[in-house]
Amino acid sequence: MPEITLIEALRQAMDEELARDPRVFIVGEDVGQRGGVFRATQGLYEKYGETRLIDSPLAELSIMAVGIGAAMADLRPICEIQFADFIYPAFNQIVNEGSRMYYRSNGAWCVPMVIRVPYGGGIGGGLYHSQSIEAYFSHVPGLKIVVPSTPHDAKGLLKSAVRDPNPVMVLEPKKGYRAITGEIPDGEYTVPIGPARIAREGRDISVFAYGMMAYYAAQAAETVAQEGIDAEVVDLRTLLPLDKDAIVNSVKKTGKALIVHEDTLTMGYGAEVAAVIANDGFEYLDGPVRRLTGPDVPGVPFSHGMQDFFMPNPDTIAAAIRDLMGY
Amino acid sequence: MAVNSTLRPAMRLAESTLREMYWFMLLSRRLDERAWAIHRQGRIAFHISAIGQEATQVAAAFAINRGVDYVAPYYRDLALMLALGMPPEDFMLSLFGKHDISSGGRQMPFHWSYKNLNVISGSAVVTTQVPQAAGLAFAIQYRQRCGMVDPADATQPRLALTCLGEGSTSQGEWHEGMNWAGVHKLPMICLVQNNMYAISEKTDQQMAVANVADRASAYGVPGVVVDGNDVLAVYDAMAAAVERAYNGDGATLLEAKMYRITPHSSDDDDRTYRSREEVEQWKARDAIPRFKQYLIGEGILSQADADAYDARARAEVDRAQQVADSAPMPAPEEALGDLYAPSDAD
Repeated sequence: MPEITLIEALRQAMDEELARDPRVFIVGEDVGQRGGVFRATQGLYEKYGETRLIDSPLAELSIMAVGIGAAMADLRPICEIQFADFIYPAFNQIVNEGSRMYYRSNGAWCVPMVIRVPYGGGIGGGLYHSQSIEAYFSHVPGLKIVVPSTPHDAKGLLKSAVRDPNPVMVLEPKKGYRAITGEIPDGEYTVPIGPARIAREGRDISVFAYGMMAYYAAQAAETVAQEGIDAEVVDLRTLLPLDKDAIVNSVKKTGKALIVHEDTLTMGYGAEVAAVIANDGFEYLDGPVRRLTGPDVPGVPFSHGMQDFFMPNPDTIAAAIRDLMGY
Repeated sequence: MAVNSTLRPAMRLAESTLREMYWFMLLSRRLDERAWAIHRQGRIAFHISAIGQEATQVAAAFAINRGVDYVAPYYRDLALMLALGMPPEDFMLSLFGKHDISSGGRQMPFHWSYKNLNVISGSAVVTTQVPQAAGLAFAIQYRQRCGMVDPADATQPRLALTCLGEGSTSQGEWHEGMNWAGVHKLPMICLVQNNMYAISEKTDQQMAVANVADRASAYGVPGVVVDGNDVLAVYDAMAAAVERAYNGDGATLLEAKMYRITPHSSDDDDRTYRSREEVEQWKARDAIPRFKQYLIGEGILSQADADAYDARARAEVDRAQQVADSAPMPAPEEALGDLYAPSDAD
């Protein structure tokens, strides 16, 4: 099994889906000749041409709206938002239009589209190239959201997203584009949208995370393992719809829950995970449900010291694990 | 009616087609009037009217390949929808919150969706349909460029028509949709129904130019102004836009000027912002008697025909209301359905 980077896995998924289905096309800012600002679509323009790699006007709303229209016309758009921070002009189209279409048309009109969104901090991007946006969009019934943290899942989930008849947002932890490497199977495979993944089995404490934080949580788990703490890391992978069973089953086993995300705390995604545990896993708990998140400030600061202070990392996750184990 | 040229497309319409166009204008008017009446009786919660816009809408429908070309309408498009093939009883079902085709009672009325007619579902946030129509038009162009369809195949959609009011052109979505249509030379027709009012706001509160169509040059597309009360003039303008789209020459911005005869909706009171004299002046220019007189004058319609049409329209409205009246309400649990399309829907 070859070892590749996260971004190479995404590129392979798009390449294979473009080859498989002539209805698949990619639209976004600089996705064509330039191959994307992160190079996610590198080489695809040369291979599939300008008809299928569309350099859009610099306007996120219409990237989304054109994708919705094309999807309703039975094409399979992969729409790229260059940075998650730029998605808000398209909020109305995603929330009011694409995600509500199937319901509001009594099941007549599907919107089979993919919304690829590089997100997250730790890259020196400041307030407007670092944001996590999952909390806004996880509140939207009708949308699906996946967040891969391994090349295996990145490729498999993106391919599933392309084949899904609903709008699927793929949140890509951009700090991990090249930092995260891993093995993928030879040949065709997909990863189903929905089930969480047990990234590391353990008996003492459950750590729930996704994206870059799932990657860091696995590192933190290895660190505390040397101190005799056997942490289970649950990579949620799909945020919408959420795999509640996986969460409750893990808590049932460990009795302790730590939720980690780099998005800010208040009304963040972790609040929903905590609510699921409170409702369905209360009798299994032997400690408080804890959250380790970014602080409630308006953004990830640019200056490195402040940025690093904002971001959870393997050390702070390990500290939070020890702290909860000591409860 | 002014005849500009012997080549006018409207002059090539069969007499039976002209009568059919009159029929849909009339049917829309009578259905609309009935909706006002049953609202005043307290039997429905809400109505929003197309009165005064029927000529433009029917002309637009008849100029495209009805039921095949994509349409992204707006809420005031009752006559357009009837001319495209919406059953009148389905409109009535939606008024009563019953199980209509468009949304199964989930949406307010006037949020048309007919997959069988290639009419896409709309929301109440104005102008969202315009960049989506660019997406529909993009898909048409994409299929043709990829060799997936024959550009001349009339069983396939060959253009996307979208409608909106002039107030909606203040939205950024309108600009983005028009810009896409221009940049990609899309087979799209943007039909602005300028009825002079966005609820209470007048045109000069929306824009600093005289016509919406004046903005067309910014998108590299033709901008055309037409008298929206002249059904044949609108048909001509639409036919030119359709020809451009079918020939791969790109989009057209068409602005039909008319007047919103009624208040914005059943919840509006237009006496708070415009005079009765102004409304009466515009009522005198009503397109329906105007077209009727034209058809009678040309010997296409007799007075007896016209009377029969009127009786038929009233009977059709009665029938539609009866169907809706006797239909059951949706089961409350239908609120939970259609969250996600099943994967085999692909």
